Amino acid sequence: MGFKEYCFKKSLWLFHFGGASCNNCDIEILDCLTPRYDVERFGMQLVGSIRHADVLLVNGSINRRDKARLLDLYHQAPKPILVVAIGACGCTGGIFAEGDTFAGPVDKIIPVDAYIPGCPPKPEAILAGIVKLLNKK
Amino acid sequence: MIRNLLYYLIFPGFIFIGVIGGLLSGFDRKITAWLQFRKGPPLIQPFYDFIKLLLVKETILPAKGSIVTFLATPVFAITGAALSGIMILLPAFHYNSGFSGDIIVIFYMLTIPSISYILGALAAGNPLASVGASREMKLIMSYELTFLLVLAAIVMKAGMTIRISDIIQAQVTQGPFIGSVSGVLLFLVLIFCIQAKLGLVPFDMAEAEAEINHGAFIEYSGSAYAMIKLAKYMMMFVLPALACILLLGGMRVDGIHILWTVLKVLGVVLLITLIRNTNPRVRIDQAMRFFFIWMNLLVIIAFVLILFGL
Repeated sequence: MGFKEYCFKKSLWLFHFGGASCNNCDIEILDCLTPRYDVERFGMQLVGSIRHADVLLVNGSINRRDKARLLDLYHQAPKPILVVAIGACGCTGGIFAEGDTFAGPVDKIIPVDAYIPGCPPKPEAILAGIVKLLNKK
Repeated sequence: MIRNLLYYLIFPGFIFIGVIGGLLSGFDRKITAWLQFRKGPPLIQPFYDFIKLLLVKETILPAKGSIVTFLATPVFAITGAALSGIMILLPAFHYNSGFSGDIIVIFYMLTIPSISYILGALAAGNPLASVGASREMKLIMSYELTFLLVLAAIVMKAGMTIRISDIIQAQVTQGPFIGSVSGVLLFLVLIFCIQAKLGLVPFDMAEAEAEINHGAFIEYSGSAYAMIKLAKYMMMFVLPALACILLLGGMRVDGIHILWTVLKVLGVVLLITLIRNTNPRVRIDQAMRFFFIWMNLLVIIAFVLILFGL
Protein backbone atom coordinates (compact mmCIF):
# COMPACT_ATOMS: atom_id res chain seq x y z
CA MET A 1 0.00 0.00 0.00
CA GLY A 2 1.47 3.31 -1.09
CA PHE A 3 1.99 6.36 1.09
CA LYS A 4 -0.77 8.35 -0.62
CA GLU A 5 -3.26 5.53 -0.24
CA TYR A 6 -2.32 5.11 3.42
CA CYS A 7 -2.99 8.82 4.10
CA PHE A 8 -6.27 8.60 2.20
CA LYS A 9 -7.45 5.68 4.32
CA LYS A 10 -6.36 7.39 7.52
CA SER A 11 -8.50 10.44 6.80
CA LEU A 12 -11.87 9.59 5.28
CA TRP A 13 -14.35 12.44 5.47
CA LEU A 14 -17.97 11.39 5.39
CA PHE A 15 -20.86 13.05 3.61
CA HIS A 16 -24.31 11.78 4.50
CA PHE A 17 -27.07 11.57 1.89
CA GLY A 18 -30.45 10.41 3.16
CA GLY A 19 -32.93 9.41 0.48
CA ALA A 20 -36.59 8.75 1.31
CA SER A 21 -35.44 7.33 4.60
CA CYS A 22 -37.46 6.43 7.69
CA ASN A 23 -34.62 8.10 9.71
CA ASN A 24 -33.54 4.97 11.55
CA CYS A 25 -30.37 4.57 9.52
CA ASP A 26 -29.62 8.30 9.88
CA ILE A 27 -29.76 7.95 13.64
CA GLU A 28 -27.59 4.85 13.62
CA ILE A 29 -25.01 6.71 11.48
CA LEU A 30 -24.99 9.56 13.99
CA ASP A 31 -24.58 6.94 16.75
CA CYS A 32 -21.24 5.97 15.22
CA LEU A 33 -19.96 9.50 15.84
CA THR A 34 -20.96 9.53 19.51
CA PRO A 35 -18.47 8.83 22.33
CA ARG A 36 -19.52 5.19 22.61
CA TYR A 37 -18.49 4.18 19.06
CA ASP A 38 -16.34 7.21 18.04
CA VAL A 39 -15.33 6.73 14.39
CA GLU A 40 -13.20 9.88 14.65
CA ARG A 41 -10.42 7.70 16.07
CA PHE A 42 -10.03 6.35 12.51
CA GLY A 43 -9.76 9.95 11.30
CA MET A 44 -13.31 10.06 9.98
CA GLN A 45 -15.43 13.13 10.41
CA LEU A 46 -18.75 14.31 9.09
CA VAL A 47 -18.42 17.22 6.64
CA GLY A 48 -21.16 19.51 5.41
CA SER A 49 -20.03 20.06 1.83
CA ILE A 50 -19.76 17.37 -0.84
CA ARG A 51 -16.60 19.10 -2.14
CA HIS A 52 -14.73 17.95 0.97
CA ALA A 53 -16.11 14.41 1.04
CA ASP A 54 -14.21 11.15 0.54
CA VAL A 55 -17.06 8.80 1.40
CA LEU A 56 -20.66 9.24 0.30
CA LEU A 57 -22.99 7.46 2.73
CA VAL A 58 -26.35 6.72 1.10
CA ASN A 59 -29.30 5.37 3.01
CA GLY A 60 -33.03 5.18 2.47
CA SER A 61 -34.93 4.09 -0.59
CA ILE A 62 -34.01 6.17 -3.63
CA ASN A 63 -37.16 7.38 -5.37
CA ARG A 64 -37.43 9.18 -8.70
CA ARG A 65 -36.81 12.62 -7.22
CA ASP A 66 -33.82 11.50 -5.17
CA LYS A 67 -32.20 9.82 -8.15
CA ALA A 68 -31.38 13.10 -9.93
CA ARG A 69 -30.03 14.59 -6.73
CA LEU A 70 -27.89 11.56 -5.96
CA LEU A 71 -26.41 11.67 -9.47
CA ASP A 72 -25.77 15.41 -9.07
CA LEU A 73 -23.99 14.85 -5.77
CA TYR A 74 -21.90 12.03 -7.21
CA HIS A 75 -20.77 14.20 -10.10
CA GLN A 76 -20.03 17.15 -7.82
CA ALA A 77 -17.80 15.09 -5.54
CA PRO A 78 -14.02 15.28 -6.04
CA LYS A 79 -12.64 11.91 -7.14
CA PRO A 80 -11.66 9.42 -5.74
CA ILE A 81 -14.89 8.99 -3.84
CA LEU A 82 -16.12 5.84 -2.10
CA VAL A 83 -19.84 5.11 -1.93
CA VAL A 84 -21.35 3.13 0.93
CA ALA A 85 -24.97 1.93 0.80
CA ILE A 86 -26.42 1.63 4.29
CA GLY A 87 -29.52 -0.26 5.34
CA ALA A 88 -31.85 -2.62 3.55
CA CYS A 89 -33.35 0.20 1.46
CA GLY A 90 -29.98 1.43 0.28
CA CYS A 91 -28.69 -2.05 -0.57
CA THR A 92 -31.69 -3.65 -2.25
CA GLY A 93 -34.73 -1.45 -1.89
CA GLY A 94 -36.12 -3.42 1.06
CA ILE A 95 -39.89 -3.27 1.36
CA PHE A 96 -40.05 -0.44 -1.19
CA ALA A 97 -38.38 -2.49 -3.95
CA GLU A 98 -41.62 -2.93 -5.89
CA GLY A 99 -43.05 0.49 -5.17
CA ASP A 100 -44.24 2.75 -7.95
CA THR A 101 -41.89 5.66 -7.26
CA PHE A 102 -38.87 3.51 -6.47
CA ALA A 103 -35.97 4.28 -8.84
CA GLY A 104 -33.71 1.37 -8.13
CA PRO A 105 -31.26 0.51 -5.35
CA VAL A 106 -28.14 2.67 -5.06
CA ASP A 107 -25.88 0.39 -7.09
CA LYS A 108 -28.10 0.74 -10.16
CA ILE A 109 -27.51 4.52 -10.10
CA ILE A 110 -23.88 4.95 -8.99
CA PRO A 111 -21.07 2.42 -8.32
CA VAL A 112 -21.06 1.22 -4.70
CA ASP A 113 -17.92 0.18 -2.78
CA ALA A 114 -19.48 -1.33 0.33
CA TYR A 115 -22.89 -2.55 1.41
CA ILE A 116 -24.03 -2.51 5.03
CA PRO A 117 -27.36 -4.35 5.26
CA GLY A 118 -29.75 -4.26 8.20
CA CYS A 119 -32.97 -2.50 9.05
CA PRO A 120 -31.42 -0.43 10.56
CA PRO A 121 -27.84 -1.80 10.80
CA LYS A 122 -26.45 -1.65 14.32
CA PRO A 123 -23.54 0.75 14.89
CA GLU A 124 -21.35 -2.35 15.32
CA ALA A 125 -22.37 -3.47 11.84
CA ILE A 126 -21.55 -0.03 10.41
CA LEU A 127 -18.13 -0.16 12.10
CA ALA A 128 -17.55 -3.65 10.66
CA GLY A 129 -18.48 -2.30 7.23
CA ILE A 130 -16.04 0.57 7.66
CA VAL A 131 -13.25 -1.85 8.60
CA LYS A 132 -14.01 -3.93 5.50
CA LEU A 133 -13.93 -0.75 3.40
CA LEU A 134 -10.51 0.16 4.87
CA ASN A 135 -9.11 -3.32 4.20
CA LYS A 136 -10.44 -3.43 0.64
CA LYS A 137 -7.92 -3.41 -2.25
CA MET B 1 21.82 35.42 2.21
CA ILE B 2 21.58 31.60 2.40
CA ARG B 3 21.21 31.96 6.15
CA ASN B 4 18.27 34.32 5.76
CA LEU B 5 16.63 32.00 3.26
CA LEU B 6 16.99 29.13 5.73
CA TYR B 7 15.43 31.31 8.42
CA TYR B 8 12.48 32.08 6.18
CA LEU B 9 11.90 28.63 4.72
CA ILE B 10 12.93 26.10 7.35
CA PHE B 11 13.53 27.27 10.92
CA PRO B 12 11.75 29.23 12.35
CA GLY B 13 10.01 29.86 9.04
CA PHE B 14 7.53 28.17 6.77
CA ILE B 15 8.17 24.46 7.42
CA PHE B 16 8.64 24.81 11.19
CA ILE B 17 5.45 26.87 11.56
CA GLY B 18 3.50 24.43 9.40
CA VAL B 19 4.66 21.34 11.32
CA ILE B 20 4.15 22.84 14.77
CA GLY B 21 0.79 24.27 13.70
CA GLY B 22 -0.30 20.84 12.48
CA LEU B 23 0.73 19.24 15.77
CA LEU B 24 -1.14 21.93 17.71
CA SER B 25 -4.27 21.34 15.61
CA GLY B 26 -3.96 17.63 16.38
CA PHE B 27 -3.60 18.52 20.06
CA ASP B 28 -6.73 20.64 19.76
CA ARG B 29 -8.70 17.76 18.25
CA LYS B 30 -7.37 15.31 20.85
CA ILE B 31 -8.34 17.58 23.74
CA THR B 32 -11.78 18.08 22.16
CA ALA B 33 -12.19 14.30 22.02
CA TRP B 34 -11.12 13.86 25.64
CA LEU B 35 -13.57 16.53 26.75
CA GLN B 36 -16.36 14.57 25.08
CA PHE B 37 -15.09 11.27 26.65
CA ARG B 38 -13.91 9.98 23.28
CA LYS B 39 -10.59 8.49 22.28
CA GLY B 40 -10.11 10.86 19.40
CA PRO B 41 -7.91 10.84 16.29
CA PRO B 42 -4.13 10.40 16.49
CA LEU B 43 -2.04 13.51 17.14
CA ILE B 44 -0.72 13.57 13.57
CA GLN B 45 -4.21 13.42 12.04
CA PRO B 46 -3.89 16.95 10.49
CA PHE B 47 -0.91 15.73 8.43
CA TYR B 48 -2.95 12.81 7.06
CA ASP B 49 -5.75 15.25 6.19
CA PHE B 50 -3.33 17.66 4.54
CA ILE B 51 -1.50 15.03 2.45
CA LYS B 52 -4.77 13.43 1.41
CA LEU B 53 -6.20 16.76 0.26
CA LEU B 54 -2.97 17.82 -1.43
CA LEU B 55 -1.97 14.63 -3.25
CA VAL B 56 -4.98 12.35 -3.55
CA LYS B 57 -8.09 14.44 -4.09
CA GLU B 58 -9.20 16.13 -7.27
CA THR B 59 -9.45 19.95 -7.32
CA ILE B 60 -12.76 21.11 -8.72
CA LEU B 61 -12.91 24.60 -10.20
CA PRO B 62 -16.10 26.67 -10.03
CA ALA B 63 -17.95 26.84 -13.36
CA LYS B 64 -19.26 30.33 -12.67
CA GLY B 65 -16.67 32.38 -10.87
CA SER B 66 -13.19 33.82 -11.13
CA ILE B 67 -10.83 30.86 -11.28
CA VAL B 68 -7.58 32.83 -10.88
CA THR B 69 -8.79 34.56 -7.71
CA PHE B 70 -10.25 31.30 -6.44
CA LEU B 71 -6.88 29.54 -6.73
CA ALA B 72 -4.61 32.45 -5.78
CA THR B 73 -6.25 33.39 -2.48
CA PRO B 74 -5.24 30.20 -0.57
CA VAL B 75 -1.62 30.98 -1.50
CA PHE B 76 -2.05 34.55 -0.21
CA ALA B 77 -3.48 33.13 3.02
CA ILE B 78 -0.43 30.91 3.53
CA THR B 79 1.92 33.79 2.69
CA GLY B 80 0.26 36.07 5.24
CA ALA B 81 0.28 33.43 7.96
CA ALA B 82 3.90 32.39 7.31
CA LEU B 83 5.28 35.95 7.07
CA SER B 84 3.58 37.09 10.26
CA GLY B 85 4.83 33.93 11.97
CA ILE B 86 8.42 34.59 10.85
CA MET B 87 8.27 38.22 11.98
CA ILE B 88 7.00 37.08 15.37
CA LEU B 89 9.40 34.17 15.83
CA LEU B 90 12.68 35.73 14.65
CA PRO B 91 12.79 38.32 17.47
CA ALA B 92 11.26 35.80 19.88
CA PHE B 93 14.05 33.28 19.34
CA HIS B 94 16.67 36.10 19.34
CA TYR B 95 17.88 35.46 15.77
CA ASN B 96 17.61 39.15 15.03
CA SER B 97 15.96 42.12 16.66
CA GLY B 98 13.47 42.89 13.90
CA PHE B 99 12.92 46.50 12.90
CA SER B 100 11.18 49.43 14.49
CA GLY B 101 7.45 49.17 13.83
CA ASP B 102 7.32 45.43 13.15
CA ILE B 103 4.33 45.04 15.48
CA ILE B 104 2.30 47.17 13.04
CA VAL B 105 3.41 45.06 10.07
CA ILE B 106 2.44 41.92 12.01
CA PHE B 107 -0.99 43.43 12.66
CA TYR B 108 -1.53 43.88 8.92
CA MET B 109 -0.07 40.47 8.02
CA LEU B 110 -2.38 38.70 10.45
CA THR B 111 -5.40 40.16 8.62
CA ILE B 112 -4.32 38.77 5.24
CA PRO B 113 -5.63 35.18 5.78
CA SER B 114 -9.12 36.41 6.68
CA ILE B 115 -9.19 38.82 3.73
CA SER B 116 -8.07 35.99 1.42
CA TYR B 117 -10.85 33.74 2.67
CA ILE B 118 -13.36 36.50 1.87
CA LEU B 119 -11.96 37.04 -1.64
CA GLY B 120 -11.83 33.31 -2.34
CA ALA B 121 -15.38 32.80 -1.13
CA LEU B 122 -16.68 35.65 -3.28
CA ALA B 123 -14.80 34.25 -6.30
CA ALA B 124 -16.42 30.84 -5.84
CA GLY B 125 -19.81 32.01 -7.06
CA ASN B 126 -21.78 30.06 -4.49
CA PRO B 127 -24.58 31.77 -2.49
CA LEU B 128 -23.64 30.02 0.76
CA ALA B 129 -20.02 31.07 0.26
CA SER B 130 -21.21 34.67 -0.12
CA VAL B 131 -23.10 34.41 3.15
CA GLY B 132 -19.94 33.08 4.79
CA ALA B 133 -17.84 35.88 3.26
CA SER B 134 -20.24 38.56 4.45
CA ARG B 135 -20.17 37.13 7.98
CA GLU B 136 -16.37 36.95 7.96
CA MET B 137 -16.28 40.59 6.85
CA LYS B 138 -18.50 41.69 9.73
CA LEU B 139 -16.44 39.63 12.12
CA ILE B 140 -13.22 41.30 10.93
CA MET B 141 -14.81 44.71 11.43
CA SER B 142 -15.78 43.82 14.97
CA TYR B 143 -12.53 42.30 16.27
CA GLU B 144 -9.85 44.29 14.44
CA LEU B 145 -10.46 47.48 16.42
CA THR B 146 -10.27 45.54 19.69
CA PHE B 147 -7.11 43.76 18.54
CA LEU B 148 -5.48 47.06 17.60
CA LEU B 149 -6.42 48.57 20.96
CA VAL B 150 -4.86 45.57 22.73
CA LEU B 151 -1.63 46.05 20.78
CA ALA B 152 -1.68 49.78 21.58
CA ALA B 153 -2.14 49.05 25.29
CA ILE B 154 0.79 46.63 25.22
CA VAL B 155 2.94 49.20 23.41
CA MET B 156 2.03 51.74 26.10
CA LYS B 157 2.82 49.25 28.84
CA ALA B 158 6.22 48.51 27.33
CA GLY B 159 7.15 52.20 27.40
CA MET B 160 6.04 53.41 23.96
CA THR B 161 8.12 51.07 21.83
CA ILE B 162 6.77 49.54 18.62
CA ARG B 163 9.46 46.90 18.24
CA ILE B 164 8.75 43.28 19.28
CA SER B 165 12.23 42.66 20.70
CA ASP B 166 11.96 45.77 22.93
CA ILE B 167 8.58 44.57 24.22
CA ILE B 168 10.16 41.21 25.09
CA GLN B 169 13.10 43.02 26.70
CA ALA B 170 10.72 45.14 28.80
CA GLN B 171 9.11 41.94 30.08
CA VAL B 172 12.50 40.42 30.89
CA THR B 173 13.39 43.41 33.07
CA GLN B 174 10.02 44.11 34.76
CA GLY B 175 8.42 40.64 34.69
CA PRO B 176 5.74 39.29 32.29
CA PHE B 177 2.90 41.74 31.66
CA ILE B 178 0.28 39.17 32.72
CA GLY B 179 1.47 39.62 36.32
CA SER B 180 -0.47 42.91 36.60
CA VAL B 181 -4.21 43.64 36.69
CA SER B 182 -4.19 45.37 33.29
CA GLY B 183 -2.18 42.47 31.87
CA VAL B 184 -4.85 39.97 32.95
CA LEU B 185 -7.57 42.10 31.32
CA LEU B 186 -5.55 42.41 28.11
CA PHE B 187 -4.87 38.65 28.06
CA LEU B 188 -8.60 37.92 28.37
CA VAL B 189 -9.44 40.25 25.48
CA LEU B 190 -6.55 38.93 23.36
CA ILE B 191 -7.76 35.34 23.82
CA PHE B 192 -11.21 36.28 22.49
CA CYS B 193 -9.61 38.12 19.56
CA ILE B 194 -7.54 34.99 18.80
CA GLN B 195 -10.69 32.90 18.97
CA ALA B 196 -12.37 35.14 16.40
CA LYS B 197 -9.27 35.29 14.19
CA LEU B 198 -9.01 31.50 14.15
CA GLY B 199 -12.72 31.20 13.37
CA LEU B 200 -13.40 28.80 16.23
CA VAL B 201 -16.61 28.43 18.24
CA PRO B 202 -18.18 30.78 19.53
CA PHE B 203 -17.09 32.91 16.55
CA ASP B 204 -17.24 30.32 13.77
CA MET B 205 -20.29 31.78 12.05
CA ALA B 206 -18.34 32.27 8.81
CA GLU B 207 -17.72 28.54 8.65
CA ALA B 208 -20.86 27.27 10.40
CA GLU B 209 -20.88 23.73 9.08
CA ALA B 210 -24.34 22.73 10.26
CA GLU B 211 -25.94 25.94 9.04
CA ILE B 212 -24.23 27.09 5.81
CA ASN B 213 -22.06 23.99 5.12
CA HIS B 214 -18.55 25.37 5.79
CA GLY B 215 -19.64 28.76 4.45
CA ALA B 216 -16.66 30.49 2.90
CA PHE B 217 -14.90 27.20 2.10
CA ILE B 218 -17.85 25.32 0.61
CA GLU B 219 -16.51 25.22 -2.96
CA TYR B 220 -12.88 24.42 -2.13
CA SER B 221 -11.69 20.88 -2.72
CA GLY B 222 -8.42 19.02 -3.19
CA SER B 223 -5.14 20.92 -3.10
CA ALA B 224 -6.78 24.38 -2.85
CA TYR B 225 -8.53 23.26 0.34
CA ALA B 226 -5.24 21.75 1.55
CA MET B 227 -3.68 25.23 1.26
CA ILE B 228 -6.51 26.73 3.30
CA LYS B 229 -6.09 23.98 5.90
CA LEU B 230 -2.35 24.71 6.05
CA ALA B 231 -3.03 28.43 6.58
CA LYS B 232 -5.40 27.51 9.41
CA TYR B 233 -2.82 25.20 11.01
CA MET B 234 -0.20 27.97 10.79
CA MET B 235 -2.51 30.49 12.43
CA MET B 236 -3.10 27.93 15.20
CA PHE B 237 0.58 28.33 16.11
CA VAL B 238 1.22 31.97 15.14
CA LEU B 239 -1.53 33.54 17.25
CA PRO B 240 -0.77 31.66 20.51
CA ALA B 241 2.92 32.50 19.93
CA LEU B 242 1.94 36.17 19.61
CA ALA B 243 0.02 35.97 22.90
CA CYS B 244 3.07 34.39 24.57
CA ILE B 245 5.35 37.13 23.32
CA LEU B 246 3.13 40.09 24.06
CA LEU B 247 1.89 39.10 27.52
CA LEU B 248 3.46 35.89 28.83
CA GLY B 249 7.09 37.01 28.83
CA GLY B 250 8.44 35.83 25.47
CA MET B 251 9.68 32.46 24.23
CA ARG B 252 13.26 31.33 24.75
CA VAL B 253 14.76 28.28 23.08
CA ASP B 254 17.88 27.65 25.14
CA GLY B 255 18.26 24.95 27.78
CA ILE B 256 15.40 24.41 30.22
CA HIS B 257 13.54 27.42 28.82
CA ILE B 258 12.36 25.26 25.89
CA LEU B 259 10.10 23.45 28.36
CA TRP B 260 8.52 26.72 29.55
CA THR B 261 8.03 27.90 25.97
CA VAL B 262 6.28 24.65 25.02
CA LEU B 263 4.11 24.80 28.14
CA LYS B 264 3.13 28.41 27.46
CA VAL B 265 2.04 27.69 23.87
CA LEU B 266 0.23 24.50 24.90
CA GLY B 267 -1.48 26.39 27.73
CA VAL B 268 -2.81 29.08 25.40
CA VAL B 269 -4.01 26.46 22.89
CA LEU B 270 -5.64 24.52 25.73
CA LEU B 271 -7.49 27.65 26.84
CA ILE B 272 -8.71 28.28 23.28
CA THR B 273 -9.86 24.65 23.00
CA LEU B 274 -11.71 24.82 26.31
CA ILE B 275 -13.54 28.00 25.24
CA ARG B 276 -14.35 26.39 21.92
CA ASN B 277 -15.82 23.26 23.51
CA THR B 278 -17.91 24.88 26.20
CA ASN B 279 -19.69 27.56 24.18
CA PRO B 280 -22.41 27.67 21.53
CA ARG B 281 -22.07 29.63 18.31
CA VAL B 282 -23.27 33.23 18.72
CA ARG B 283 -25.08 35.22 16.05
CA ILE B 284 -23.08 37.79 14.09
CA ASP B 285 -24.86 40.75 15.74
CA GLN B 286 -24.14 39.28 19.18
CA ALA B 287 -20.47 38.92 18.24
CA MET B 288 -20.32 42.54 17.07
CA ARG B 289 -21.95 43.78 20.26
CA PHE B 290 -19.61 41.58 22.33
CA PHE B 291 -16.50 43.11 20.77
CA PHE B 292 -17.69 46.69 20.22
CA ILE B 293 -19.10 47.21 23.71
CA TRP B 294 -17.71 44.72 26.22
CA MET B 295 -14.24 43.90 24.92
CA ASN B 296 -13.47 47.53 23.99
CA LEU B 297 -14.67 48.58 27.45
CA LEU B 298 -12.27 46.09 29.06
CA VAL B 299 -9.36 47.41 26.98
CA ILE B 300 -10.20 51.00 27.92
CA ILE B 301 -10.26 50.01 31.60
CA ALA B 302 -6.86 48.40 31.04
CA PHE B 303 -5.60 51.66 29.48
CA VAL B 304 -6.68 53.61 32.57
CA LEU B 305 -5.02 51.03 34.84
CA ILE B 306 -1.79 51.29 32.81
CA LEU B 307 -1.86 55.08 33.24
CA PHE B 308 -2.00 54.52 36.99
CA GLY B 309 0.85 52.02 36.71
CA LEU B 310 -1.12 48.91 37.69
